[in-house]
Amino acid sequence: MLSEEAKKEIEKALRKYPNKRSAVMDALRSAQKARGGHLEKADMDEIAVILEMQSVEVNAAAAFYTMYNIDKPVGRHHIQVCRNISCSLLGAEHLIKHMERTLNIKTGETTPDKRITLSTVECLGSCGTAPMMQINDDFHENLTEAKVDEILKGLK
Amino acid sequence: MEQIILKNLGKPDSHKLENYAASGGYKAIQSALKMRPDNIVQMVKDSGLRGRGGAGFSTGLKWSFIPKDPTIQKYLCCNADEGEPGTFKDRGIMDNDPHLLLEGMMITSYAIGASVAYIYIRGEFDFGARRLDAAIDEAYAKGYLGKNMFGSNFSLDIYVHKGFGAYICGEETALLESIEGLRAQPRKKPPFPALAGLYGKPTVINNVETLACIPAIIEKGPEWFSKIGTEKSPGPKVFCVSGHVKKPGLYELPMGTTVRDLIFNHCGGMLTGRPLKAVIPGGVSAPLLTARELDTPLDFDSLAAKGSMLGSGAVIVMDESACMVKSAYIINRFFSHESCGKCTPCRDGTPWLTRVLKRIEHGEGNPGDIELLESLCTNIFGRTFCPLGDGAVMALRGHLKNFREEFQFHIDHKRCMAS
Ligand SMILES: Cc1cc2nc3c(=O)[nH]c(=O)nc-3n(C[C@H](O)[C@H](O)[C@H](O)COP(=O)(O)O)c2cc1C
Ligand code: SF4
Ligand code: FES
Repeated sequence: MLSEEAKKEIEKALRKYPNKRSAVMDALRSAQKARGGHLEKADMDEIAVILEMQSVEVNAAAAFYTMYNIDKPVGRHHIQVCRNISCSLLGAEHLIKHMERTLNIKTGETTPDKRITLSTVECLGSCGTAPMMQINDDFHENLTEAKVDEILKGLK
Repeated sequence: MEQIILKNLGKPDSHKLENYAASGGYKAIQSALKMRPDNIVQMVKDSGLRGRGGAGFSTGLKWSFIPKDPTIQKYLCCNADEGEPGTFKDRGIMDNDPHLLLEGMMITSYAIGASVAYIYIRGEFDFGARRLDAAIDEAYAKGYLGKNMFGSNFSLDIYVHKGFGAYICGEETALLESIEGLRAQPRKKPPFPALAGLYGKPTVINNVETLACIPAIIEKGPEWFSKIGTEKSPGPKVFCVSGHVKKPGLYELPMGTTVRDLIFNHCGGMLTGRPLKAVIPGGVSAPLLTARELDTPLDFDSLAAKGSMLGSGAVIVMDESACMVKSAYIINRFFSHESCGKCTPCRDGTPWLTRVLKRIEHGEGNPGDIELLESLCTNIFGRTFCPLGDGAVMALRGHLKNFREEFQFHIDHKRCMAS
């Protein structure tokens, strides 16, 4: 079941567009947030009913975008480290290896206590303050090994 | 130089309406609402402004293609997808000066007769999306948006549409598909969006920075604007500088500033004592320039003459520690990751390039791999449905043309020449 809050957000999204289908991205975003970072089939089925779409259409829309995590639960803190060119020039790979070692997981994995998921992403539009990473919705920029250690310590 | 686009960056609470208005904001829209829409289109044409999203098409001309019939619904879409690696200017504008973008959108909507406008912002820009939502709320509360805005006969609603991670949504027709709730794959053109765009209605799509230039053109006039920069690429340009420089960041300078001036005067030179090796002048789709080409002016035509492009204005600087095989691999991996899958040459060709580049980069390349890359490029280039596939090829060809010996060294010696 979608949360009441997610349903309210979908109602609000529907007011932006002349057709219901246009609200699908906002709806999926709200559903993913409500579930703590991923989507399940039940969410997409429910969205399909509200937006008068086929479930497969909702699923196809979700599958197209990389930020929807379909059936892939993530940790409470989803760390996404930029691996694109500007960050790479300033040592992104080094930071990724450092985090893999510190967290004792590989990129793409979640710590056993479900606290942290570590992923890599393409450029996040923060190249002037590279290297950088995103944790949930927040950007962390001008990273160094020491800064990363500090940030990781703060993730409860 | 006088700052036009970035003038409010760094001022306290620059994102608030009262501060934007106090520094002269929302005057241009009020003058515009007293003019005839086609006069505004003519002013923008006369200014010579060319789109800052990458293609450099005349903004005024684009607007003039919109049918004049007032009974037809029209739309404006602001392209804030900003996905080209190296680019972070639109984010800078939206995070710090959202009202400048809104004012540019108000004037544009009035000029083309659009009563609804969307800002398509990439999903990762959560902070910017919240800033825009708050700015839009402020504008409605003041009567600057909505029915009879500023007490005029004109009405406009602006909405934020959030993407969710797909570079291809920056391509204007894929962007429209995405707003319509479909898989974001590019549409066939024609019909062009000016005739059949969003929901099949006439639509203008403009980049954030393009729209941010509009208030100043209204306020100070097209002639003033056209005197900045070069004759064929007038106006100011925001350069996004990243990589091995002392002071990376956003720099608003006249179009036609040379690469050397930008890096060595404005950005404080190279990060360490190591000399410059290559510069990507316009986002990763743009073929790189070498240290011998630093006097190239950064504008649409000068870069095209060098076989590269201004693109989004993302200047990525590399010193001699940078491995060109690795750079080619990272950039190509990006394109294959972002291929939307609609056409075969790009869907199958870009991952194939990535596999070959990966093995060369990892010291597992085979003799003949460079020729293989070249023949794959030939099979992709010019045969793709949208420019993404061509961008991947152009970027790789730029690397191969100038640094072929590094690729050969990787294959022959199973290790890197640079680091
Ligand atoms: C693959 C691809 C990605 C693009 N990404 C963007 C983008 O992120 N932002 C943007 O403004 N334009 C982007 N463009 C260019 C748009 O298609 C379009 O030309 C532009 O938004 C028009 O606005 P302008 O005339 O103001 O430049 C992209 C084009 C392609 C082919
Ligand atoms: S070139 Fe690539 S991104 Fe463009 S339509 Fe073809 S598959 Fe999609
Ligand atoms: S390359 Fe990392 S944020 Fe752009």
